Amino acid sequence: MSIFAHHAPVFIVLLPMTASLLCMLFSRMSRNLGCYIVMASIVGAFASAVSVLQQVVAQGGKAIHYYMGGWQPPIGIEFVLDPLNSCLAVLVTFLSMVISLYARPFVKDEDWLHVGGYYTLFGLLTVGLCGMIITGDVFNLYVYLEIMSLSGYGLIALGGRKSMLAAFRYLLMGTIGASLYLLGVGYMYAITGTLNMADMAQRVAPFMNSPLVAMAIACFIIGFGIKMALFPLHGWQPDAYTFSHPAAAPFIAGLMSKAPAYALIRFMYYIFKVDNPVVHSALNVIGILGIAGMLIGSFMALAQYDLRRMLAYSSVAQIGYIAIGIAMGNVYGFIGAVLHIINHAFMKSALFLVTGGICYRFGEVNIYRLGGLNRKMMFSSVTITLASLSMIGLPPTAGFFSKWYLMLGSYTAHEYIYIPVLVISSLLNAIYFFRIIEQMFVQREASLTEVKPPTTFLGLPWEMVVPIACVGIGVLVLGFCSADIVVNILKLGLPEVFVK
Amino acid sequence: MEVLNEFLKTRGIYTLVMILFFLGVFGMVLSKNYMKKLMAMNVMQVAVIFFYLCFAQKDGAMIPIQNGVTTNPDMYINPLPHGLMLTAIVVSLGTTGVALALLMRIKEIYGSVEETEVLRRASK
Repeated sequence: MSIFAHHAPVFIVLLPMTASLLCMLFSRMSRNLGCYIVMASIVGAFASAVSVLQQVVAQGGKAIHYYMGGWQPPIGIEFVLDPLNSCLAVLVTFLSMVISLYARPFVKDEDWLHVGGYYTLFGLLTVGLCGMIITGDVFNLYVYLEIMSLSGYGLIALGGRKSMLAAFRYLLMGTIGASLYLLGVGYMYAITGTLNMADMAQRVAPFMNSPLVAMAIACFIIGFGIKMALFPLHGWQPDAYTFSHPAAAPFIAGLMSKAPAYALIRFMYYIFKVDNPVVHSALNVIGILGIAGMLIGSFMALAQYDLRRMLAYSSVAQIGYIAIGIAMGNVYGFIGAVLHIINHAFMKSALFLVTGGICYRFGEVNIYRLGGLNRKMMFSSVTITLASLSMIGLPPTAGFFSKWYLMLGSYTAHEYIYIPVLVISSLLNAIYFFRIIEQMFVQREASLTEVKPPTTFLGLPWEMVVPIACVGIGVLVLGFCSADIVVNILKLGLPEVFVK
Repeated sequence: MEVLNEFLKTRGIYTLVMILFFLGVFGMVLSKNYMKKLMAMNVMQVAVIFFYLCFAQKDGAMIPIQNGVTTNPDMYINPLPHGLMLTAIVVSLGTTGVALALLMRIKEIYGSVEETEVLRRASK
């Protein structure tokens, strides 16, 4: 095995981290140098993630363990890459790669401090997300969670005057979430005496009926619930998504709530194991919150006329889908939740990429002033339609398949309440997304002032067209390949509970 | 009295730590001044740090250095929670720094850090 393939797991985190810490220095020397270095490092991280995924699949789903500094767990920190999280690492690094390219036109005219600062924060956000996903140590997860959150606060605050308040409120709420997670880790450490996830899963098994474990589970649910904007804890989210830096919004909206959702799956399915009565009642709580989020998020999205705010409330509903997938506690629900994490990351990124493009060219985000947009930005309108259809869940787009698995899951779990809720939420999705499509294709052309006149025939600079095309095509590709993803990747890495 | 003594001996400190934690959350929710909210946030973070230090405590044990007398692990305090809390302190320092930077910008933009005042000016 080559040296690169052997160390690939650590390169996923190490390359962007080194590059983003050096970014300011290089930006000082030459305005664009730091930015190119961060972009190159993210491409490197993507290559490492793909190489790791390839190795894991080639091994038939056996997890790769990477020991930091050669220290064996449970004493040392390890990165564990099984099919589930190496797949998500590829997702994060891919989206990070295309969105780092997308940000170029936004920062082109700024001075070195803004360019360097933006890319430093962007690189660190990538580091935090990747680290959260691939780590095998619960305290290490806390550190990456904080790296992700702090750089996220920075990127949200870069969005302009109104964003400071959104970022500050998110900081206060996010810190409550992180502190509760740390408290939960404290309980788990006091019970098991270990911080390694695999070790913890073994040692916690005899104590599953102790009230301390119930307390720890409650802490994890509230902590991650705040971070992933689960329904009653989503107060920070609409403002944060609306006012964040337009170039970072696709990344923040697409992925920042997904990594905590993944961590919740990791805790519930791999450490606590879902076949336990305590975990079962915890999952019921998540399910009820998920149902409430799906309905209320969709209704709130209907009431918005700011495109970004509508998409933010739609995210609350979509996180509800992931939550009910987690709550079903069977193999279909699990696959549905993971598939929806992947699909929703693509769909929401595509929608925010196009929104950012409209914002860049016209400075307009009100849905009702975007009439006849397809005559000005044909390509973007097609992408937004594609992503909307996927959000509604029409086959063959990606959204259909995750909803299908969620329905199968609720049928298998005999919890039929989820099925009508899924249908109602999808119908509401259809209403508020067809509103945009109607405005863009049917309404007569509205007069929009060109803030940045187009330089290419597609209406946007090529740096923005390429990411929109990649992610838009990605929605279709994920739809067509979803059977391959499920059978060849996700089914190899099912939690132990389902395997026996 | 017996019960109370037993409770204070085994759980008293954790009760206090929990009260401190929720005092922090209470302050963050109820105070109307962003600076006070920030200070309440720090109180909450300190409560978590206390929690770790409390359960690492052991009666009659010594600091983990080799003294030539004993190598029995029961005679030593577990140093790991203290190590973890060093990291948590650094993280809380970072969070406070970012929060203060944001707060300075809020003060610059809205001319106030009182919640009602800022919200009134932000909605204009």
